[in-house]
Amino acid sequence: MKILVAVKRVVDFNVKVRVKSDNSGVETANLKMSMNPFDEIAVEEAIKLKEAGSATEIVAVSMGPAVCQETLRSAMAMGADRAILVQTEVELQPLAVAKLLHAILKKENPQLVILGKQAIDDDSNQTGQMLAALANLPQGTFASKVKLSGDGVEVTREIDGGLETVALKLPAIITTDLRLNTPRYVTLPNIMKAKKKPLETMTPESLGVDVKPRLKTLKVQEPPKRKPGAKVADVKELVAKLRSEAKVI
Amino acid sequence: MDFTLNEDQLAFQQTARAFARNEFAPHAARWDRECIFPKDVIAKAGALGFCGLYIPESAGGLGLTRLDAAVVFEELAAGCTSTTAYLTIHNMATWMIATWGAPDLVRQWCPTLAQGTKLAWYCLTEPGAGSDAASLRTSARRDGRNYIVDGAKAFISGAGATDVLVLMARTGDAGANGISAFLVPAELPGISYGKNEHKMGWNSQPTRVVNFDNVRVPADYRLGEEGDGFKIAMQGLDGGRVNIGACSIGTAQAAINAAQAHMLERRQFGKKLAEFQALQFKFADMLTELVAARLMIRLAASKLDAAAHNATAFSAMAKRFATDAGFRICVEAQQIFGGYGYLKDHPLERFVRDARVHQILEGTNEIMRVIIAREALKDGALDDLQ
Ligand SMILES: Cc1cc2nc3c(=O)[nH]c(=O)nc-3n(C[C@H](O)[C@H](O)[C@H](O)COP(=O)(O)OP(=O)(O)OC[C@H]3O[C@@H](n4cnc5c(N)ncnc54)[C@H](O)[C@@H]3O)c2cc1C
Repeated sequence: MKILVAVKRVVDFNVKVRVKSDNSGVETANLKMSMNPFDEIAVEEAIKLKEAGSATEIVAVSMGPAVCQETLRSAMAMGADRAILVQTEVELQPLAVAKLLHAILKKENPQLVILGKQAIDDDSNQTGQMLAALANLPQGTFASKVKLSGDGVEVTREIDGGLETVALKLPAIITTDLRLNTPRYVTLPNIMKAKKKPLETMTPESLGVDVKPRLKTLKVQEPPKRKPGAKVADVKELVAKLRSEAKVI
Repeated sequence: MDFTLNEDQLAFQQTARAFARNEFAPHAARWDRECIFPKDVIAKAGALGFCGLYIPESAGGLGLTRLDAAVVFEELAAGCTSTTAYLTIHNMATWMIATWGAPDLVRQWCPTLAQGTKLAWYCLTEPGAGSDAASLRTSARRDGRNYIVDGAKAFISGAGATDVLVLMARTGDAGANGISAFLVPAELPGISYGKNEHKMGWNSQPTRVVNFDNVRVPADYRLGEEGDGFKIAMQGLDGGRVNIGACSIGTAQAAINAAQAHMLERRQFGKKLAEFQALQFKFADMLTELVAARLMIRLAASKLDAAAHNATAFSAMAKRFATDAGFRICVEAQQIFGGYGYLKDHPLERFVRDARVHQILEGTNEIMRVIIAREALKDGALDDLQ
């Protein structure tokens, strides 16, 4: 069974991002970049399925400028077998990414596609769902547990009310939530081995996909500064304040 | 000349940073307070490759360069100085075994050492022989197919908690040429330990006196030839000094990171600390020194990688400079924290305590000057030491 995992290069989660002075976006120049944490979880899940003998090949895909190769090398150092970079300088929005993934899906015919539920830069939380719609495949989003069974997969999803388990027929699309697993550290020997693994480069044009942005960002702003909290003496006071000041109960 | 790290080094750095942040930093204060030697975490470090960095691949290591190793140690030290310093000693001792051990010995010991499933220590200093290590008196007397070792070693890091030691002992006349090096399994009968010393820092690794009473070491456990022991010990230390310097700059980087955050947050006299010029200048000097120290360490590591004939002098210069700078930076960062820097709630006082010993061990910084001057005052040496 072949698994496709999508990995995005984003500003490292430890970096404090700043809004550009012209409010057109956030400053990314010279910042430390890493693999999107949800995508690390996706790669880890694929590796676990391979280690368990359920999968035979893991293909990592990333999209963006040439430096995204670093992210793909990390995925291969974790355990992906090969990688595909769709190279473009165009700003990629979720729909464009989903279309590109769909095009790759048609070439690669994986049984399972695992993506992060969202990327920590734009927090869109759309790509997996759009891909499922474009490819007309079942989706299990916000996965906290993945279990293969015969020609299907059971995905436990984290939803507002608790947990929901859905049974999907393969091929299927899964997006990962935080609690699915803890990604492994990349070992130093595997970093060196990853350099020898194949990395193929494509372009949106060669895949015949129009990636022109459809959405326009009007303005990016800092969230309002958090006001300092207050200490309460006991539960009674807390409940009183929730009722009278916060007005949430 | 290109001063940037290559792609591999960046990836190693990233792994080391993540490991230090998750596996070292959250526990370092407790390991320090309770004097815990975190063997479980060291085993995890071994699984990633940190126990066999510059051990040749033929001996089961990763075969990385000293420069690669310096980059890794620096990152790890930012999470826990003391545990990383132990890892550097382990790498040094393992490298010595891999380099001078007989093939069977290497096969028997090095793969497990390089993976960190067994741990090593370095055994040179004696109660009466510190800076003047060549005056050591622990003896190894040949007796048929064995050597019989008698004597005592002092200040031995990791002693009593690890598996194998690299021992320097006297097999011949007085002086450096009468010393030989041995691999000694810690389980051999006749080895006993003093108490775990109460130390100012480096508390996540034990330090003990080690006594040898009629310890029979097989002759084929000798490293190199008889009489080569002091040279072997010093070559090990050339690398060890670069590693210890890397531990200092990693610690200093952690101190600077904390100081910057504090300067941008803490307000006095209606302003952020970062707005006082006196502190700005202090901070600028700290960072300048750190960058200079890092360059010295990476230069010395490159000299070792190139097997430059004067690598010893460059290692000594780098060790002296980086450990002095590292300590000063930690003290200044502590100063920027004011009273909070003195509290154990913050890591600054631990950084100071841990970094202090780097000026003392693997050759004191006075001895570094002895070594540098010895090389530098040779006729024609200066062209060479540029
Ligand atoms: C925590 C810790 C861990 C250690 N771990 C190990 C280990 O694992 N293995 C090991 O073998 N050793 C270890 N050491 C020992 C360490 O390397 C020695 O302490 C160090 O080399 C200094 O020796 P000494 O303590 O005998 O000081 P001394 O040699 O007595 O020196 C005292 C002072 O005199 C100065 N001095 C001496 N000679 C000269 C000179 N010619 N010119 C100018 N000044 C001079 C020194 O610089 C120092 O300031 C460790 C030490 C410590 C504190």
